[in-house]
Amino acid sequence: MSNNLVEFNNISKFFGSVIALKDVTMHIKKGQIMCLLGDNGAGKSTLIKTLSGVHKPDEGEIIVDGKQTVFDSPRDALDLGIATVYQDLALVSLMSVTRNFFMGREPMKGFGPFKTFDVNKANSIASERMGQIGIDVRDPSQAVGTMSGGERQCLAISRAIYFGAKVLILDEPTSALGVHQASVVLKYIVKAAASGLGVILITHNVHHAYPVGNSFTILNRGKSMGTFDKKDLSREKLLGMMAGGEELDKLEVELKEIDRTNKN
Amino acid sequence: MSVKSKSIQKKSKDERLRKVSNLKVLLNRPELGALGGSVLVFIFFGIVAGDTGMFSAYGTINFLEVSANLGIIAIAAALLMIGGEFDLSVGSMIGFAGICIAIPAIYWGWPLWSSILFAFSMAVLVGYANGILVVRTGLPSFIVTLAMLFILRGATLALTRLITGRTQVPGLRVLIENDPIAWIFSADAFKGVFTWLGSLGLIALRQDGTPLATGIPASVLWWVGMTIFATWLLMKTRYGNWIFASGGDKLGARNVGVPVGRVKISLFIGTAVAATIYACVQVLDAGSADTMRGFLKELEAIVAAVVGGCLLTGGYGSAIGAAFGALIFGTVSMGIYYTDVDTDWFKVFLGAMMLIAVIFNNFIRRRVTENK
Ligand SMILES: Nc1ncnc2c1ncn2[C@@H]1O[C@H](COP(=O)(O)OP(=O)(O)OP(=O)(O)O)[C@@H](O)[C@H]1O
Ligand SMILES: [Mg+2]
Repeated sequence: MSNNLVEFNNISKFFGSVIALKDVTMHIKKGQIMCLLGDNGAGKSTLIKTLSGVHKPDEGEIIVDGKQTVFDSPRDALDLGIATVYQDLALVSLMSVTRNFFMGREPMKGFGPFKTFDVNKANSIASERMGQIGIDVRDPSQAVGTMSGGERQCLAISRAIYFGAKVLILDEPTSALGVHQASVVLKYIVKAAASGLGVILITHNVHHAYPVGNSFTILNRGKSMGTFDKKDLSREKLLGMMAGGEELDKLEVELKEIDRTNKN
Repeated sequence: MSVKSKSIQKKSKDERLRKVSNLKVLLNRPELGALGGSVLVFIFFGIVAGDTGMFSAYGTINFLEVSANLGIIAIAAALLMIGGEFDLSVGSMIGFAGICIAIPAIYWGWPLWSSILFAFSMAVLVGYANGILVVRTGLPSFIVTLAMLFILRGATLALTRLITGRTQVPGLRVLIENDPIAWIFSADAFKGVFTWLGSLGLIALRQDGTPLATGIPASVLWWVGMTIFATWLLMKTRYGNWIFASGGDKLGARNVGVPVGRVKISLFIGTAVAATIYACVQVLDAGSADTMRGFLKELEAIVAAVVGGCLLTGGYGSAIGAAFGALIFGTVSMGIYYTDVDTDWFKVFLGAMMLIAVIFNNFIRRRVTENK
């Protein structure tokens, strides 16, 4: 029991009349990469937001490091070393790269009431960290709104990796990334897990999920369909479960059909 | 990563980074419009009213004082606007703070300093009420503070009439003399310098030989001090980063651990406290409180902040810009008396300037935030 880093036990979450989550249980060990899979609207983002302190679960308990934990705000979760890459990235486009990187956790210098934001240190850490996942920050004072979608995603990822000391949560972190950049990021995530973090990875891409994940939890319409170890799960079976294997085959047939009728 | 690919990266870094001149960097600053506007206004009045006494020591102090009064509230309004909210109750708070000073001091026999402190504690309460209502209900601050505008103005009028039977409370002047803190809001600074300049014949004198302009009014020092403090806060502190973040994207900011609610509440307290500083300056200067004091000042403060480069949508702006926005306002509102132009046109100018500023700011924002 005690080797679980995070336990979600029977979590339910309601938004008014909407049942977003019902009785979901999921356990994550140190060094493990748990892939959370499911259709759009299945409740993946809602589940991880109960661990990042954004939502309070209506039922069930969250246990971190053996202790039952209630987060009043995302700040509480961050203070415990739980960092998240949100699906919407949580970046402020009017602010600079550096100011976004350290938003809420600014490095300080000086004493007492004259403590100031250490911009130089922040700039160099932000550039260095972004460089490590393969993004050249040309100008750390550049507004985030002027960055490309993939660059923004990498900013959110490197920020979470920098502040995530215990648990790293990534909600579709690779959705805007090219093939090369995605593999760099995935490698980085594996490295983070190898250093003892627990990682929760949400993705719709089976080619990203299968190689890096050790464990797979499937959500469907707010309920858990169970957790599977990698050794019990082939890539094909996973693809089938990720709602789509068959449908994609069908789609291909349908497209051909459309193509043929168009030609006639 | 191999050494070779690293060196390629280094090279590409140089390739993709164009040298940007300091001028370009300046062009992207929010306060640029207000700085340029101030220069234009001074050139205009220099030509039109250069020989009328507008820029004599006395005339200069006059328009600086008007600018300073507005600047005090405009800077606080700018911080709040950067934090993503409005405060329409600023003007009413000025009137309310005025009677909070005058009634206890005149009718209840409180020492002046204690009624000044009382006014500031009421300001903290009003600001807190505004803030907590906006944060808790999620209603637009426009609505919440509009309600507060009426509540405060109404309460000011009703309470003053109830206690004094009138709408004005005069008689404060005699209390200022020996008060330990009133000078913070009413004394002139550098009196010696002005007397000296007068004795040299460099500035105009009254009949009794004292200079016409007796010194730098306290409000001007408040204006300058608050501009420096607010700029330091915004650019150099953690709290400043939180103000930008809260206004730029409050959900995103909260999700990465910024205490958005606390930031916003403190900014609402800031505008109410600034309104009280304004009230202290005016009430102690006039020696009386008036229930209608500060009427429409909330809108003037917003104009100054917007002219100073603040975006109405939050997350962008500067305190220096707001200070210059107030300078434009004060200079034109006083300068117009030195020209042949009918003063009725002032409001037309104000509206046009605001419109131009908003269009200009929109353009700057696009430059800064969109893929170019
Ligand atoms: N704040 C909210 N208020 C009301 N309903 C919500 C809220 N957040 C989520 N929901 C609902 O809860 C359900 C689960 O949403 P969630 O965002 O967790 O899905 P998801 O699995 O992350 O989907 P996707 O793959 O599209 O990101 C959806 O039906 C959504 O409409
Ligand atoms: Mg989601």
